[in-house]
Amino acid sequence: MSITLYVPCDSAALAAGADDVVDALHKEATARGISIDVQRNSSRGMFWLEPLVEVVTAAGRTAYGPVNFQDVPSLFEADFLHGGSHRLSLGLTDALPYLAKQQRLTFARMGITRPLSLDDYATHGGWVGLQKTVAMDGADVVQNVLDSGLRGRGGAAFPAGIKWRTVRATVAAQKYVVCNADEGDSGTFSDRMTMEGDPYMLIEGMAIAGLAVGATQGYIYIRSEYPHAIATMNTAIQLAQAAGYLGENVLGSGKAFHLHVRKAAGSYVCGEETAMLESLEGKRGIVRAKPPLPALEGLFGQPTVINNVITLASVPIIMAKGAAFYKDFGMGRSTGTLPFQITGNIRQGGLVERAFGLTLRELLYDFGGGSRSGRPIKAVQVGGPLGAYVPESQWDVPLDYEAYAALGLVVGHGGIVVHDDTANMAKLARYAMEFCAVESCGKCTPCRIGSTRGVETIDRILNAEDKEQPVHLLRDLCDTMVNGSLCAMGGMTPYPVLSALNHYPADFGLQPAKATAS
Amino acid sequence: MNTTLEAPELQTVIRLLPEFKDMPGGMLPLLHAVQEALGFIPASAVPLMAEAMNLSRAEVHGVITYYHFFRSKAPGKHVVQVCRAEACQACGGEQLLSDIEKALGCKLHETSADGQFSLEPVYCLGLCASSPAVQIDDKLYARMSTDKLQRVVAELGSAS
Repeated sequence: MSITLYVPCDSAALAAGADDVVDALHKEATARGISIDVQRNSSRGMFWLEPLVEVVTAAGRTAYGPVNFQDVPSLFEADFLHGGSHRLSLGLTDALPYLAKQQRLTFARMGITRPLSLDDYATHGGWVGLQKTVAMDGADVVQNVLDSGLRGRGGAAFPAGIKWRTVRATVAAQKYVVCNADEGDSGTFSDRMTMEGDPYMLIEGMAIAGLAVGATQGYIYIRSEYPHAIATMNTAIQLAQAAGYLGENVLGSGKAFHLHVRKAAGSYVCGEETAMLESLEGKRGIVRAKPPLPALEGLFGQPTVINNVITLASVPIIMAKGAAFYKDFGMGRSTGTLPFQITGNIRQGGLVERAFGLTLRELLYDFGGGSRSGRPIKAVQVGGPLGAYVPESQWDVPLDYEAYAALGLVVGHGGIVVHDDTANMAKLARYAMEFCAVESCGKCTPCRIGSTRGVETIDRILNAEDKEQPVHLLRDLCDTMVNGSLCAMGGMTPYPVLSALNHYPADFGLQPAKATAS
Repeated sequence: MNTTLEAPELQTVIRLLPEFKDMPGGMLPLLHAVQEALGFIPASAVPLMAEAMNLSRAEVHGVITYYHFFRSKAPGKHVVQVCRAEACQACGGEQLLSDIEKALGCKLHETSADGQFSLEPVYCLGLCASSPAVQIDDKLYARMSTDKLQRVVAELGSAS
């Protein structure tokens, strides 16, 4: 009988050479006359160990990593097919502390199942939520999502159930569910992992949303930088439709839900929901003024539920296990779990799903193991390119929407980018303004012009003898951007800029007192 | 524009139009299909697409030029995309970029003199835990070093 191995097909594993490892495994096995069965699973999200090779042994799945294709002959020598010891041995995968310490609800199947296998999805708890939904009244489904306290995981943290209730209550001939998969934040990949690794979970979540609010059409707007996610979602939709989970008659309910993938085109601001709607309608991705809210007049002017990938992917487990189960995780008004993504200069970068309420310090050291360079960590940007730089004095604040907001910080989409002490915070502040200038849609002046003036003003601070005047000007500009911009692009670019200025004045050539004087 | 309708690239565009003509919001899918087929979106195709989609030429031009992903000129034989976002900067991404600019002899948004490589920035490939990240044509590379990048580029350059 052949021995089963798992090698992930996640982009991050492919980028680390997983396909070469698979080729080497087959080649070596053939040369030795051994029969092996290599399956491609999703990634466990421990990216410093990719490519992670798992062998199914009597004791369970045994891990080796990071495996280079050149390591393969020596793995066979060490009899890794029977759990033999090798310098890349990691032991049983499930016992690895990085995984054992997590609370994986949304990512429960991640790294375990094969992404496109309908059987794997069903045997690991899939479709239970949709089956329950089919037997329920839509209003009760919406109530369940409301009761769970689920808030938008894309960054804005708006209660998902309220959007659903509004769309459900609005009468229209056509309603839509749109999944925002334009995950443009640096330091994030949980949407990508979900679409590449557990696509049926997103399909199930969207179908539940469609049935609950009475929408028959759904769109997933996926960024063009994620070709693997686009390909996997397209295939998964075809397979799910053929199996009766999508289409004219979802699970025999008599209700229709059709799903389409739309490829974005490299505009960061299209992650803003109204810009995304414009883009889906085939136009320039220019932000719309609100109101009207998309829940009332969204895609093609019709009532539209817009949620992020992780928000929708959290719905199946809420429906399967109940609102109370989900709500038991987390703290205060931040209920449930968040897949945090530890990235940048970090030794053990990857995905950590935990209930809200843990601290940045736990993520950086207990999970992350400190900086990859081995140098002291200087600054941590939480919440993407529009999130503030968090200095060490704030690393013990619980990660919770309200606790962070109270300090002018954002949890956002859970992206955490680590910088060591070689980082120049003035340069990163300048980059934030530069990025805003590149990506601004141009509709409102504070963002369109403010970002360019911001770059110039930071340059003046760095080059001028008397820095007081340009610092004052930069603060004034940031105030205008925060209060005068139409969306978060211009409205939040000052977060990284001001946090860099306030906490790391020396990088701007300033004395601490001067930087904080406003 | 001297290009005539007989030009093979325009025939390709004409062949693609029916699929997207009546698709709700079909403009972006059409542009993706054209770029996928030709490698870029020729200006001479704009009037054809505008007519099929019932839009003005200015509107179509506006959409093409708004999005970073769409190209109006043919790129080099290979496209090298270097991530410039924060997580890659934290692991030497900017140094990598300046090294590759030297190696290719061209700057960002330019094509090398021999037409082999176009160098483009990208703002996040979603490989932030294994930065710095680079994409060359369809292939992704994590934890890219200058040495490795130069090796890959040399192999691609000599293969053609």
